Amino acid sequence: MNLVEKNYSDLFFKNLTKFFALLILVVIALMGYEIYINAKPAIEKFGWKFITDEVWDPVQENYGALPFIYGTLVSSFLALLIALPLSVCIAIFLVDIAPSWIEKPFSFFIELLAGIPSIVYGIWGFFVMVPWVRTSVEPFLAKYFGFLPFFTGPLYGVGMLSSGLILSIMILPIIASISRDVLKAVPISQKEASLALGSTRWEATRIALSYSRSGILGATILGLGRALGETMAVTMVIGNRPTISASLFEPGYTLASVIANEFTEATSDLYISVLIELALVLFVIAIIVNSIARLLVWSVTRKYSSQISN
Amino acid sequence: MNWYFYFRKSKGILFYTLCVISALIAIVPLIFIFYHTLSLGLKAINWDFFTQLPKPVGESGGGMGNAIVGTMILVGIGSLIGLPIGIFSGIYLSEYGNNPLGTLIRFFTEVLNGIPSIVTGVVAYSLVVIPMKHFSGYAGGVALGILMIPTITRTTEEMLKLVPRSLREASLALGIPEWRTILSIVLKTGLGGVVTGIMLAISRVAGETAPLLFTSLNNRFWHTTLDQPIASLTVFIYNYGVSPFDDWIAQAWGGALVLMLLITSLSLIVRNITKKKF
Repeated sequence: MNLVEKNYSDLFFKNLTKFFALLILVVIALMGYEIYINAKPAIEKFGWKFITDEVWDPVQENYGALPFIYGTLVSSFLALLIALPLSVCIAIFLVDIAPSWIEKPFSFFIELLAGIPSIVYGIWGFFVMVPWVRTSVEPFLAKYFGFLPFFTGPLYGVGMLSSGLILSIMILPIIASISRDVLKAVPISQKEASLALGSTRWEATRIALSYSRSGILGATILGLGRALGETMAVTMVIGNRPTISASLFEPGYTLASVIANEFTEATSDLYISVLIELALVLFVIAIIVNSIARLLVWSVTRKYSSQISN
Repeated sequence: MNWYFYFRKSKGILFYTLCVISALIAIVPLIFIFYHTLSLGLKAINWDFFTQLPKPVGESGGGMGNAIVGTMILVGIGSLIGLPIGIFSGIYLSEYGNNPLGTLIRFFTEVLNGIPSIVTGVVAYSLVVIPMKHFSGYAGGVALGILMIPTITRTTEEMLKLVPRSLREASLALGIPEWRTILSIVLKTGLGGVVTGIMLAISRVAGETAPLLFTSLNNRFWHTTLDQPIASLTVFIYNYGVSPFDDWIAQAWGGALVLMLLITSLSLIVRNITKKKF
């Protein structure tokens, strides 16, 4: 009799925890549903044209999302372009070069950098970095690389270049710390084998790098996911103008920052609905990017754990 | 062939030097961010900053007392949502989650972690603000609660998995039911780790601005009810930071310093807990 009672209580507890775990799935489904329902008026009105239309004119009720999608993608890829090489170098530095009395505090610094709120990056970017970009970086680029279409036009300071820079500072800790973990997970025998065949230390590092390629790719995509959805810091330095321009000096606008800026100012229901549709675009992009990244990182860690057990 | 060996050697030295240089480059912005926040923030911070209401434009002085309290209230509401879901699903994943459903939930927890916080704000807006027809502290709390879930779930699972199997077996062998074993033995042993996860989640959402912009909005007075817009430190920093008034900008730096100190000290505490435990 006692045994049966115990089973009931165990069953109850198990199902209780299962209920809460299932709530996570419910929350995601609910998020998707709520955004879709509220975006529906806009979706029905504009259809697919919404994504390809360049004009953003709330007064005339003309809404096109292309400048925002463009701004989001360009600023994020610019950030990756800067952050990825640096992060891989940092990972190599931490794993292969630094003695442990440097590695530990350095890793902690990197974690601190990851924990700083984006609003702090925002005001730092706005008051410190943007003036520096305007007076030093942009004149330099315009002078020596001005023949390229990316570095032309007036020097505002705020713009794609600044948002790319601030995003690269923000995603660097993520990519660096995951890359470090992935590099550390490379079996030591790989490196030893390469050293035994007469390679230099750097060549052994190269072997380890090629071994952890897909893990670093996963880390990169996770960083990309963070950059795509980053709101406050970008809003403060990108200039917030819905234009598409090849020059990185020109101001731009991203999906996240247009939602942040215009949501409370939206006057009509259609306007709100359009902004929620932008959130839907961001939601779908985030789910796709994060799923790919997660599967990549998982496939790598699983590969390693099976090899370690062998 | 000796020259080729030296060529390879020097190539290695060159690349390693590049790595060291880029590590130094990465440190520079961190130092500057800390330096500017400290030097500019300290000027704005005094006792009034923590206890007074914000003053209207033109009057100097005043503080962000209500915003600091507001952030605590919002994090509190968020915890009411995030803690039970996070901890219980962490327990499920660690104790019963070795099946396809567990993998699925683990996967979607990671996906939830990657959803931009502004999207979560939009969800809280349509879940709470639209039915209630006005901005409120509840809406901001709901947004923060959703954001807390993945961090807590993940750390709870990882920390409980570290608890040795033998402890569970010993407890079960003594005839203690499984649920009691999990709550009193496993959870208690891994409590330090679970608290770490909670504090990580709190330090993450305390710094969130985007989901609060159009859910809890802002408020220049002390809070009497959760049904109203509520001020938060982050939204205050944003509003003051983009304002054209020097007084306000100085106060925004003060707010940024308070926020940084809060979050850095939380992560230092977290580091010490995990160090002692494992």
